[in-house]
Amino acid sequence: MDSIELQGISVRYRREKIRSLKELVVRGLARRGAPYFYSLRDISLTVRSGESVGIIGPNGAGKSTLLRVAAGIVTPSEGVAIGRGNIVPLLELGTGFESELSGRENIQFNGALLGRSRAQMRAQLDDIIAFSGLEQFIDAPLRTYSTGMVARLAFAIATAVDAETILLDEILAVGDAAFRARCEERIRTFVREGRTIVLVSHETEEVVKLCKRTVWLAKGEIVADGPSEEIISRYETQR
Amino acid sequence: MATMRAVSSDAVFVRRTVAGDSLRALEEVRDLRAHANLLFELVHRDLTVRYKRSFFGFFWTMLHPLLLMLIFVAVFSGLFKHQTPHYETYFLSAYIAWNFFSQTTTNAMAGLAWNGALMKRVRVPRSIFTLSAALSGLVNLALSLAVLFVIMLVVRAPLHFSLVALPLSLLVVGIFTFGVSLALTAASVFFADVREMYQAGLPALLYLTPAIYPISIVPVQYRWLIEMNPLTFLVEIVRDPIYNGRIPSLQTFGIAFAFALAALVGGWIIFRRLAPWFDSRL
Repeated sequence: MDSIELQGISVRYRREKIRSLKELVVRGLARRGAPYFYSLRDISLTVRSGESVGIIGPNGAGKSTLLRVAAGIVTPSEGVAIGRGNIVPLLELGTGFESELSGRENIQFNGALLGRSRAQMRAQLDDIIAFSGLEQFIDAPLRTYSTGMVARLAFAIATAVDAETILLDEILAVGDAAFRARCEERIRTFVREGRTIVLVSHETEEVVKLCKRTVWLAKGEIVADGPSEEIISRYETQR
Repeated sequence: MATMRAVSSDAVFVRRTVAGDSLRALEEVRDLRAHANLLFELVHRDLTVRYKRSFFGFFWTMLHPLLLMLIFVAVFSGLFKHQTPHYETYFLSAYIAWNFFSQTTTNAMAGLAWNGALMKRVRVPRSIFTLSAALSGLVNLALSLAVLFVIMLVVRAPLHFSLVALPLSLLVVGIFTFGVSLALTAASVFFADVREMYQAGLPALLYLTPAIYPISIVPVQYRWLIEMNPLTFLVEIVRDPIYNGRIPSLQTFGIAFAFALAALVGGWIIFRRLAPWFDSRL
């Protein structure tokens, strides 16, 4: 079965952001240049369930946008995006966290954001706390946490839920070496269990370690798509 | 693009080109129901976070109408004594409904600063933040009403049997407020000015609503101004069962309901048109 199916996806944004009525009036009369900026252009990509796919490419290649389309968050300007099964995005750190709430309350809130019921989250609460290693701080407000602590909590929540597909954006860049090793271990377990991983990363080493297949993206288009070792050695020599 | 296969029903989401993707009301309602827990958490967060670091905490919700009542009663009760016995009840029964409307619409727009980031990162129904603002507002409204009933007991204002009609009135006010909030939040994503303009216009709207003063003091030739204001009717159907001791007439209720329905449909149309573009604006 396909977990994510993208057919001819383009995502474009207007170059000019009109933010106020004044700008609308002023700019509306002026002649405009090329009005669109393409973040993705005619991308077709299928991720089968059980696959581990890495996405690499320089900054501004459209990696994060691709992930957000795959998560069903961004509506493509052209094309169709279809997602099947339980897809959990772990996109940017700290979003969905409320600094005044405690770690425990934030787990509940984040679980709800990811579509979990209260009962489901209660059942997994102890696991999540244990994996994050934040037992002593879990009832303190989140504003007292360090960035690394928030990262640990976010990763623990996203991977604890019964995701069939998990989308990771540069998540492993934060946190210390020990936590990183545990995250990588958890991702490997995920893949072994036949679940699907899509991982955006700048660290090609990590991609080779965790993903069988790699998609190389540049300027919103797919440059190459194939076995990780092959694609990444080409990517490295090109650079 | 040319070959579009039929989409099997097991898909969790299907996202198509913008033109075809303006939200469908039924899908949105289904999606909202699937996110009932999130709705609960959002309301919970709204109600707790706001007061978490303040000393009086949750009681501010109740203190606010109390303080206001003291001011307005001090200023106006002498003025309107003859037309309106129990001015405090007269004023508060309408002002509580007004306050719900103004607070909810304002909060719904302000909430986008925080929620906009979420909308970009998690797949949630886009109207859920507006709906949660309306529901939090309703909880605050219920608390304010409790305060009002206590006040009424203390000053010995009569409590009427007509109160049974109050829940229905509040539902209509809620629908109206939700509809207006939908339109305002969508518009404010595109133009930051909308929020400022609305803030500036709110006090004017309050004085176009017979909440503080009785409509009888308005010269007849200007009454049409007040009768064009939907809030006049919405405030009336809340005040009737509390203060006037009567179930709102079918006509008043019908007009209020028509306004609420128009606000909901209109608000939804604006919202669904603009929603696919939120990403690039937030």
